[in-house]
Amino acid sequence: MALTSNAISFSSVGQTFLTGSGSVTALDGVTVTIAQHEFVAVLGPSGCGKSTLLRLTAGLMKPSKGTVSVFGKEVTMPRDDVGIVFQKPTLLPWANIEDNVVFPVRHKYGRVTNEDRAQARAIIETVGLKGFEKRLPSELSGGMQQRVGIARALFLNPDILLMDEPFSALDALTRDAMGIELLRLWQASPKTVLFITHSIPEAALLADRILVLSERPGRIIADLQVPTARPRDESALRTPEMQDFSAELRSLLIRKEAA
Amino acid sequence: MTASETQDPAMAKTTSTQDRRVQRVPISEKLLRMPAVLPLITFLLILIVWEAGTRLFAVPSFVLPAPSRILGGFESVSAGRWMEHVWATLRVALIGYAVSFVISLPIAVGLAKSRLLSGAFYPLLVVIQSVPVVAVAPIIIVVLGTGDAPRVVITFMISFFPLVVSMTTGLAATPPELIELSRSLRAPSFREITQIRLPFATPYIFSGMKISITLSVIGAVVSEFVAADKGIGYFIQFSTSMFKLPQAWAGLVILVIMSLVLFQLVSVAQRIFFPWSLPKGQK
Ligand SMILES: Nc1ncnc2c1ncn2[C@@H]1O[C@H](COP(=O)(O)OP(=O)(O)O)[C@@H](O)[C@H]1O
Ligand SMILES: [Mg+2]
Repeated sequence: MALTSNAISFSSVGQTFLTGSGSVTALDGVTVTIAQHEFVAVLGPSGCGKSTLLRLTAGLMKPSKGTVSVFGKEVTMPRDDVGIVFQKPTLLPWANIEDNVVFPVRHKYGRVTNEDRAQARAIIETVGLKGFEKRLPSELSGGMQQRVGIARALFLNPDILLMDEPFSALDALTRDAMGIELLRLWQASPKTVLFITHSIPEAALLADRILVLSERPGRIIADLQVPTARPRDESALRTPEMQDFSAELRSLLIRKEAA
Repeated sequence: MTASETQDPAMAKTTSTQDRRVQRVPISEKLLRMPAVLPLITFLLILIVWEAGTRLFAVPSFVLPAPSRILGGFESVSAGRWMEHVWATLRVALIGYAVSFVISLPIAVGLAKSRLLSGAFYPLLVVIQSVPVVAVAPIIIVVLGTGDAPRVVITFMISFFPLVVSMTTGLAATPPELIELSRSLRAPSFREITQIRLPFATPYIFSGMKISITLSVIGAVVSEFVAADKGIGYFIQFSTSMFKLPQAWAGLVILVIMSLVLFQLVSVAQRIFFPWSLPKGQK
């Protein structure tokens, strides 16, 4: 356990990219702290810097301004206790599901032990893919492939899970089911989750707290607690207070787009 | 979620309609649909027209020998001599091909990983590729003397470029997410190459390998035109200079067969060892 209960903190973070045709400011003056085991969704229009926020947290890039800290320590390089789930599952097409899940260990250390494999099989079971260990990714549906992507991220048992629009490539029904499934996993083994999405219902269903980003350069224009207690399922979205909450989020997003 | 997710209803439907269609197809049409049958028929027809045409118009054999005369050309040389010539060409082609592969791989890794290297060396590679190798071949022979070495170098110069280009393209085509995954794990950089980039480049590498294997045969033949005392290329040149055209044509047929067999070997190797790298529908 870390000394501080802050899992992630951004202080006056700005990110500017130099491109061939000039510079693009993706994030500007982002200050926010995320507590341990908090499930935070980030909502915002595309291109506003959501993925950049996630990459900064993962230590894949350094901010041009300000500091990003994880468990009280400034992030200067990727950490072992942070896992990433990408928008597309991007599995290795030649490796079966089990090999895909143990891939982080094979890749980092160059070898895989029997314990690693046993643990991988246990995680594959928790994401609901028992019996598919020896299948190739191409034999699985999109939803199942993304479960493998989640299993791969969970395999090194990270304290922080970063998810970049993980369900946006899935059809609506699968997407809802995956959301509920993610909540189940999160409740069984609490982690700090930074979940990027541009779906209001998804954010409202899953998160404790929602950060709304403005159009580029991304600034935090709202930081809201989700009003409904857990455990939640799809029906939680139909209560009047959640309808009002969703409407509020929508107006925040629309106002930004009009501006 | 349940296993039912794997069963895509749309797919199930198409396979069942296909099954029904297959049952109704008459046998003659089924035969025609087999991949080898149609080209074989075309080929036989061409042979018949060729044979009939050369006989009908009494075409002299130095212009175009009839297929039957070419067949005779095979017999004018002993099987042992043929094997010697085939082996001489095949050896140079295969060594040149292997050298191309071994040299292209690190070049491609360098080009794909470093913008500096690619800026510095890519134009140079294009220049080498643009040099008409046939014109340089005599120089190379003079510099490197007799033996396989100059022939291997000529073969290499003709066959390496498609390999470098396809490997570089493949190494750069890796999904960026996996590169980020690799970086987020702080894995050693060589494993990013061996465990992610190279396997993802496999389909590209194989398309380059298929082009290069045929170019290697061309390279070996070109080198024999310049200086050799053995090999199918040498044999063709020697036969034409003696006006033994059917024999030269027989050599040509052997070269074509050699190229086709080598090409197929590369395709089969991909199918056996890297089945996942085949385009969808070819598995
Ligand atoms: N490595 C980079 N180089 C240059 N520009 C970048 C880079 N990464 C992101 N950007 C730019 O920064 C902006 C925000 O990108 P991103 O964080 O991916 O947005 P989002 O995930 O919200 O869609 C975009 O305009 C994008 O083009
Ligand atoms: Mg993004």
